[in-house]
Amino acid sequence: MTSTESTDVLIVGSGFGGAIAAYHLAAGGAKVVVLERGPWLEGKDFEHDFLLGSSYTRIFDFVVGDGMSLLGGNCVGGGSVVYFAAMPRAPRFVFERKGGIGRRMWPGAISRDTLDPWYDKVSEALPVTKQDWNDVSYAGGLFAAACNHAGRTANPVPVAIDKALCTNCNWMMAGCRFDAKRSLLLNYLPAAVANGAQIRPMHEVQKLVRTEDGGYRVSYNVIHDVDYRVAVDSGQIDAKIVILAAGAGATPVILQRSADTLGEMPDAVGKYFSGNGERLNTAVIDEDKARDLLGLSREDGLSYAANQIGKGPVVASWDDLDGSLPEHSRFSLEQLYFPPGFGTILAQVPDATGPTWFGTEKKELVEQWQSWLTIFSMTEDDNEGVFGTPPPTGNAYRISQQMLGRGPITYRPTANTLFGWEQSDAEVKRIMEKDGLSKVMPWTNDVVGAYTVHPLASCRIGDDPATSALDDRHELRGHPGIFVTDGSAVPGALTVNPALTIAALAERAMPGIVQALRERGVDVTYGAPSPDGETNGRKGVAAQVRSLARD
Amino acid sequence: MLPDNHTMTLEAFADTIVPGEKRSPDDRAIAGAAAGDGAVVAGAVALLLTPAAGVAEGLESLMNMLDNHAREYARERGVELDGSVPPFVSLPFEDRTNLVARLVAPGHPEKDGWVALALFSNMAFDTGAHMPTHEAIAAGHPGLTAMKFANPDADGLWRFPAYSYRRQLSALHPHTTPSGSPE
Repeated sequence: MTSTESTDVLIVGSGFGGAIAAYHLAAGGAKVVVLERGPWLEGKDFEHDFLLGSSYTRIFDFVVGDGMSLLGGNCVGGGSVVYFAAMPRAPRFVFERKGGIGRRMWPGAISRDTLDPWYDKVSEALPVTKQDWNDVSYAGGLFAAACNHAGRTANPVPVAIDKALCTNCNWMMAGCRFDAKRSLLLNYLPAAVANGAQIRPMHEVQKLVRTEDGGYRVSYNVIHDVDYRVAVDSGQIDAKIVILAAGAGATPVILQRSADTLGEMPDAVGKYFSGNGERLNTAVIDEDKARDLLGLSREDGLSYAANQIGKGPVVASWDDLDGSLPEHSRFSLEQLYFPPGFGTILAQVPDATGPTWFGTEKKELVEQWQSWLTIFSMTEDDNEGVFGTPPPTGNAYRISQQMLGRGPITYRPTANTLFGWEQSDAEVKRIMEKDGLSKVMPWTNDVVGAYTVHPLASCRIGDDPATSALDDRHELRGHPGIFVTDGSAVPGALTVNPALTIAALAERAMPGIVQALRERGVDVTYGAPSPDGETNGRKGVAAQVRSLARD
Repeated sequence: MLPDNHTMTLEAFADTIVPGEKRSPDDRAIAGAAAGDGAVVAGAVALLLTPAAGVAEGLESLMNMLDNHAREYARERGVELDGSVPPFVSLPFEDRTNLVARLVAPGHPEKDGWVALALFSNMAFDTGAHMPTHEAIAAGHPGLTAMKFANPDADGLWRFPAYSYRRQLSALHPHTTPSGSPE
C-alpha cells in the first residue's frame, strides 16, 4: 500500500498569486507546498543569451492560440521573473467597468479606495518605487518628448527595480542577472521558504479530485529539465485547501480538465478571458527629427539610436485614462522594449508595397532596429476569450522543447475591442508621426492573432454567479476550499500593467483563506509583516481584515 | 540532416522570409533579392534542425508540401519550372513571396506549420538562436550585425552606463497620485 503525501495548503504556481499565498500561510503556521511547472533559477543563472535552451527559453512561455497568443512566466517566481516590473495602480474608473455584462464587473467590495491599502502593502514588500527623469532611458525620454510635442503629458512609471543595481541591459525577459529587478525571488519566496514552505520546481499540476474528507487530491507530472514535452515522473498530494495560481492561461485549463472528477464548474471558468486590451506599435524614428524637433542629444552625440538600451517601459502617457469617457475609449500608452525575435517578427513595414511582416522591405526595417521605439497600448477589451477542450497535459501542446506551444484559447475581438485598438493606434500615430518624427505601424494580428503579455480574467471574481467563477474572497463557486489568486481572478482589462493589481488582490484574499484553513482545523493565523519585516502595510489593511475573514 | 533537395527548399523558404545575397553566382536556393546576408547565412536551417526547436521531424513532409504547393502555383500562374532544382526553388523570388503570403495568411489550413517556419527563420536572423549570442556576435552574425546589436562587456554581459537624457521631457499628468500612479 502506498501512502499519499498530505499538506495543509497546496499552491499551484509561484508567481504573484502563489508566492504571496505561500509566504502568508507558511508564516501563519500552515504546512505549505508549492508546485511550479518551471525551473528554479536565480540571479547568477540568468543569461544574456538568445541561444535556445538558455535561461530565457527555460523561464518563458509562449502559447499560440486561435486569435490570441499569450506570453508568460514558466519558472519559480512566475511572471515577476520575466516581466518588466512596471507597477502602476489601476485607475479609479476601471473598478466601475461594466464590460459586456451590463453591471459592474468588479465585486461591490472592491474599489480603488478599498484596494489602495493592499497596493500599499505590496509596494512596501517588493518594494515599488517612483522613478525620476534621471532614471528614464533614452527610449522613455524620447517617448516623453514626443508626447510633449504632441500636447500630451507623460510620467515616469513606478517600478519594482533597484535603481542602484540596474545596468539598463534590457535583458529583463531573460531574468535579471543583477538582482536589480525586485522579482518574487527576492522577497515573498525566500520569506516563504524561511517559514517552511516547500517549493518544487518542474512539477506541473494536471488535475484535482475531491477527497472523502472534504479536501482535494492534486495530481502532477514532473517535467524533464530540458525537454518540457516529456514527463519523467508523476505523483499526488492531498491538501485541505488548494490555491490555483498557475496564471490566466493555465488555471482555467486545470479546472476544466478536473470537471469530470470535481463536478460541474462555474460557467465563467475558462470564459471572459481578457488580453488586457493590449496592442503594440513600432515607430521608426527619424534621427535628425529627434534632434531638430525634440532637441534630443546623447552624450555621444547621437540623438536616439538607443532601442537596445534601458529597462523595459519607463514612461507612460495617461491623458486618455479619463473616467468621464465611455468604456472602450480609455487607454494608456507606454514606451516599451521587446528583444529581437519576439520584438521584431510582428512589426510591420510602413507604406509597404509587398508583404508587411516578412521579405525585402521588412529586412530593411529590421536594419533600422536601433532607431525603433515600441509603444504599448493597454485598452479596454471585451473579455471575449474562451478556453476550449484542454490539452492532455499542461496548458498547451508543446511544440518546442521549451517556450513554444499551441493552446486551447479562442479570441475573436468584438467591435468594442477593435474600437479601442483603433483609437489607441490613431493616437500613437498622431504622436509619433507629428512633423515627420517617425513612421508608425501596429504589429500584425495576422501571424499569431492578437497577443498579450498580461493574460487576465479567465476565472474571475465578481458578485454575479453567472459571470464570475469566484466570489469576492476568491473561492471557486460550488467548490469550497479551492481558491484562485492569480491574474485569472482579475475581472477585466485594467488599462495599465496589471502586476500590482494581481498582487494586491492576492494579498487581499489572504485573510479569507486563513479563515478557511482555520475552519478545517489548521492552526494558522493571519498578520505576517512584510517579507523584510516592515509593518506599515499591515497597519494599513487592518481595518479590512475582519470583514475579509468572515464566514 | 535533410536530403539535399529539401535543404534547398527550406533555404529558399527562409530566404523568402529574410532575403539575402547569393553565396555564389550559381546559388539557386537564395534568390539574391536583398543586399547583405539573410536568414540562410544567419543559420535558419541549423536552427530549424536543432532538437530544441522541435520542428525538425516535420520538415521533410513540410518541404514535400511546399514543393507541391509550388507546382500548383506554377500551373495556375503559368510559371515554367526548371526540373534541375525543387519546384519551390525554381520559382522566381516574387512568386516565392506570393506563395508564402498565401500559406501564412489567416484561414489557410496549414497556416500553423508555415508560421512556425517563418518564426524560426526570422529568429535565426534576429537572434542567431542556434548558437551562443556572444559567439554569434564575435563571428559577425549577419542579423545581429545588421541590427547594430551592441557588443557585450568582456564578461559577456551587457551594461549601458550612459542610458538617459537625464532631464524632464514632458509635464506630468496633473492627476498623478503621491505613489506615482494614475488617479
